[in-house]
Amino acid sequence: MSSKLSLSKEYLKGLWENNPVFIQVLGMCPALAVTVSAINGIAMALATTFVLVFSSFIVSLIRNLVPSQVRIAAYILIIATFVTIVDLVMKAQFPELSKSLGPYIPLIVVNCLILGRQEAFSSKNSVGRSVLDALGMGSGFLIALFVLGGMREIFGSRTLLGFQVLPDFYEPWLIMILPAGAFLTLGLLMGLSNAHSERKKRITKEAIVQDYLNVKATLKAKQES
Amino acid sequence: MELFLIFFSSAVVNNFVLSYFLGICPFIGVSNKISSAFSMGLATTFVMTIASIVTWLIYHLILVEFQLEFLQYVSFILVIASLVQFVEMVIKKISQPLYRALGIFLPLITTNCAILGLALFIVLKEYNFIEGIIYGLGAGVGFTLAITIMAGIREELDIADVPKPFQGAPITLIIAGILALAFMGFSGMISG
Repeated sequence: MSSKLSLSKEYLKGLWENNPVFIQVLGMCPALAVTVSAINGIAMALATTFVLVFSSFIVSLIRNLVPSQVRIAAYILIIATFVTIVDLVMKAQFPELSKSLGPYIPLIVVNCLILGRQEAFSSKNSVGRSVLDALGMGSGFLIALFVLGGMREIFGSRTLLGFQVLPDFYEPWLIMILPAGAFLTLGLLMGLSNAHSERKKRITKEAIVQDYLNVKATLKAKQES
Repeated sequence: MELFLIFFSSAVVNNFVLSYFLGICPFIGVSNKISSAFSMGLATTFVMTIASIVTWLIYHLILVEFQLEFLQYVSFILVIASLVQFVEMVIKKISQPLYRALGIFLPLITTNCAILGLALFIVLKEYNFIEGIIYGLGAGVGFTLAITIMAGIREELDIADVPKPFQGAPITLIIAGILALAFMGFSGMISG
């Protein structure tokens, strides 16, 4: 079914309609843990995208060589290798960022988003499509983490990406930068996104019903005349 | 006393689910019924305790010895995956009732990030062997506590009137937020 999608659709589906965090509820641990500020969220999402794209590339290359009994183990090994690369590079180039993300960079290994995409997509599709799909899912993850991190940063410490956006008289909500704030914000965002897609579904459904009624009415008018 | 503090801190004060966000997937996925949530908690505690022993030994006796620390993620995840498989086979052999209670939950634990997180935290905090085991046990007990409380609340939630867009994962997350607030009452009792 997925092979019928156009290439641009293959990329775009990860952004909203199949957003990994809001719709598929995957990759929750990093989404909740590192989004104290927008910059942390972006860094985490970029690291995850890197691992996702390269493991999708390799997995789709070797998809016909790996026996299906050991495929999960093979995927995990590939993912762990790329995570090690990311971790070492970040420790060397961005020591501050690496310290603030702490053990959550190595934990990308067990991010179910990555293993899920390998199992559901890369192991069945061509290299080009798998990389596009991985890029799309990575971008969707980036959007989700940026929104979550941005909201928590604005309300929790008055700033966005380090710039002050709310005036001084605004008292920062301490809860937003605490663990509880992460759960509450994500729960609310997810509920809102569900409400939005349900409304969209209802509108299209009503439009279809309306179309049907119109066609029926014109047919009836034709028969009568 | 030192050991008790480590246990208490990993079980309650720095609860793995509610303050480190580890193991969120089973926390949301398997918390529908108290009985299955409790079994999941027990299975996780069991694997966590064994995993903390095995990964400690591997890290200190093999990786540090041969200066292979950069291989820790690859080796930990492999060890955990095979350990879970092994534990499943052993339980099936020695105790049928236990296997029936925990069986289906064991494979799920491989992808539980709390296990790998635990192994990494033990390395990060430089615990010795005994402290590592106690830390793992405490983390498991904390996970069981959190998931069982959550399941209890969700059973009550079945008869509540939740707005449609918020049913399922969103309301679970919001409840988790409130639970995390409650657990914050313990913070400050122990530093670290």
